[in-house]
Amino acid sequence: MDEFAVEMRDVVKIFPTPEGGEVAAVNHVTLQIKHGEFFSMLGPSGCGKTTSLRMMAGFEWPTEGEIYIDGTAMGRTPPYLRTVNTVFQSYALFQHMSVFQNVAFGLEMEHVPKKEIEHRVRDALEMVKLSGMGRRKPKQLSGGQQQRIALARALVKRPAVLLLDEPLGALDLKLRKEMQLELKALQKEVGITFVYVTHDQEEALTMSDRIAVMSQGKVLQIGTPVEIYERPNCRFVADFIGETNFLKGRVKKTDEDLLTVELLDFPREIKGVGQGNLAVGQEVSISIRPEKVRLEDDINDDTAPYKDSDNLLRGRVLTTAYVGSDTRIIIDIGHNISLIVWEQNHISTLDPQAYYTAEDKVVIHLPFENTLVLPEG
Amino acid sequence: METDILKPKRKFSLVRALREDSAFQGIALISPTAIYMLILIILPMILVAVLSFMTRGTYGNVVYKFNFQNYVRLIDPIYLRILLYSLGVGLATMVFTILIGYPLAYFIARSPVRKRSLYLFLILLPFWTNFIIRIYAWIMILRTQGLLNTVLLNLGLIKVPLDILYTPAAVLIGMVYEFLPFMVLPLYTSLEKIENAQLEAAADLGARPLRAFLRVTLPLSVPGMIAGSILVFIPAMGMFVVPDLMGGAKTVLVGNVIRNQFLTSRDWPFGAAASMVLMILTLAFTLYYTRKAGFGEELLV
Ligand SMILES: Nc1ncnc2c1ncn2[C@@H]1O[C@H](COP(=O)(O)OP(=O)(O)OP(=O)(O)O)[C@@H](O)[C@H]1O
Ligand SMILES: [Mg+2]
Repeated sequence: MDEFAVEMRDVVKIFPTPEGGEVAAVNHVTLQIKHGEFFSMLGPSGCGKTTSLRMMAGFEWPTEGEIYIDGTAMGRTPPYLRTVNTVFQSYALFQHMSVFQNVAFGLEMEHVPKKEIEHRVRDALEMVKLSGMGRRKPKQLSGGQQQRIALARALVKRPAVLLLDEPLGALDLKLRKEMQLELKALQKEVGITFVYVTHDQEEALTMSDRIAVMSQGKVLQIGTPVEIYERPNCRFVADFIGETNFLKGRVKKTDEDLLTVELLDFPREIKGVGQGNLAVGQEVSISIRPEKVRLEDDINDDTAPYKDSDNLLRGRVLTTAYVGSDTRIIIDIGHNISLIVWEQNHISTLDPQAYYTAEDKVVIHLPFENTLVLPEG
Repeated sequence: METDILKPKRKFSLVRALREDSAFQGIALISPTAIYMLILIILPMILVAVLSFMTRGTYGNVVYKFNFQNYVRLIDPIYLRILLYSLGVGLATMVFTILIGYPLAYFIARSPVRKRSLYLFLILLPFWTNFIIRIYAWIMILRTQGLLNTVLLNLGLIKVPLDILYTPAAVLIGMVYEFLPFMVLPLYTSLEKIENAQLEAAADLGARPLRAFLRVTLPLSVPGMIAGSILVFIPAMGMFVVPDLMGGAKTVLVGNVIRNQFLTSRDWPFGAAASMVLMILTLAFTLYYTRKAGFGEELLV
């Protein structure tokens, strides 16, 4: 067994556009997916996730580069000779066959003996909790049930890798959340490598062992959910995963543990953790997540500025929204900039004084270790 | 219940009925079609049915005397043979239109969207010329000194001209040509509806192209095939122009028999009886065929 279940080496896929031009749907992508891993490909619409997956399945061939499945270069191997299976977004169940026949199809293609087919199909239907539905036609099932059949149909083949293209995209939110947990549990149980395409960042964070964040045909960052969220390597990733506040700036000093950044919109210096190689003079974005900002009442109403090294800003509360677990506050810090801050409601009280309200004067504290200095992109 | 009793009996108003009564709306909507069908299809059919129980007068007039004589006359080995022969020609036409039409429909359905309408247009293009003229074109091609023989002779492929015209083969060629579009269009509609993802799923699950075709494409195109078969078979059974012009006097189909009774022999009651039998037989065939294989909605296209 090779070290990686799937590997993309410098893969490029160029499509001709109807207008006569060309579009690089996948642009020099290199990534490695380990055996048994739940690997997600996350990115906005049109970033090349589906195209990458389809190249792994064999429906498309790379224009450049190579895809390896379990160490074997795939080249132009057709889909029916690859040890991967796909769960399609539209499910693509065979409408003219019963549920049983759908699930049995892949095994029949492998000329598995009839007895064994029956056995394995029954097991697969049981696994997706749909035993007893074998006689039905796909049309007679709900969306969630059809989704499970599509899953069973692919898993019954015991593929080395299962490719899933937004498999929960057509389901309503509640069912989706349920299925996320089930799918994750199932993946643990069967131990098959999952390559999971989604544009839903929350879904990717909940389910994945590792995530590749893509944009415009390129992979920007690959990492665990924690790495992606806590240490995004560029502005795009920080913006796409979760919510964050950005302040534009220019790098002033790089010689200490923390970088010093000069803000562009008003004269202040902020210190933070730098990501990647940043040079003095480079334009950067400071990113700080709303839940990682600390607020204090501005009691002394001192108009004297804080010392630069304190990473403190003054502001005025614009609006607040109480959402139970926390209060979401928008703060005007002048110069047409506002910040979003989530204050956790860790004290249970009805006292209105305990909560921030509009027009409150506040001091905003950006803890150094929570303040990231990111390259643009 | 209660509201029904309390509701005052309202006078019928056309405007209100059109606006509120969905059953009435339905009737109003189909009434033009219904009237058209009544006058041009149902009434003539009743006439034919009535006529089939009458007798021919000496001068080809109709004598209105009820009897079953015409039907009794139809029970005759000659007519039975013609009927079976027509059935054979009808089925052969159907089979050949499927064999030729399927690859054609498949090709069109798999070509880029922009080209499809052009191809469909080309399929229908011959229909812009008159039916008789198209048949004569075929005669020009097939006759002894015709286009086909000239080309084959000049290429040295044959020594003696082929005698195709005025044979059953010529009739079949004419019929297949004539009815091909009726097979291609419904087949195309059902093939075009098959999502590419279905074929990708088949390939993904390990099906080689031929097996994917047999297990997925073919079954999913059956409704189109059935619809096309009906559209081809029924008119092929009643066709008389093609056998007349391309089959010479040798090929007689049911359609020719009926035509001759009405026009040449002037025995309208007998022709009517033959029509009734043909109609009932094709109806029975169609019902059986669709019942057995499921009814294709493609028939409506
Ligand atoms: N067959 C094709 N022909 C031409 N262009 C294509 C084709 N398939 C994809 N593209 C283009 O490639 C780019 C990437 O498409 P892809 O389907 O991989 O995006 P995606 O990340 O899956 O997006 P989404 O989240 O909307 O599904 C898009 O700009 C798309 O227009
Ligand atoms: Mg996609």
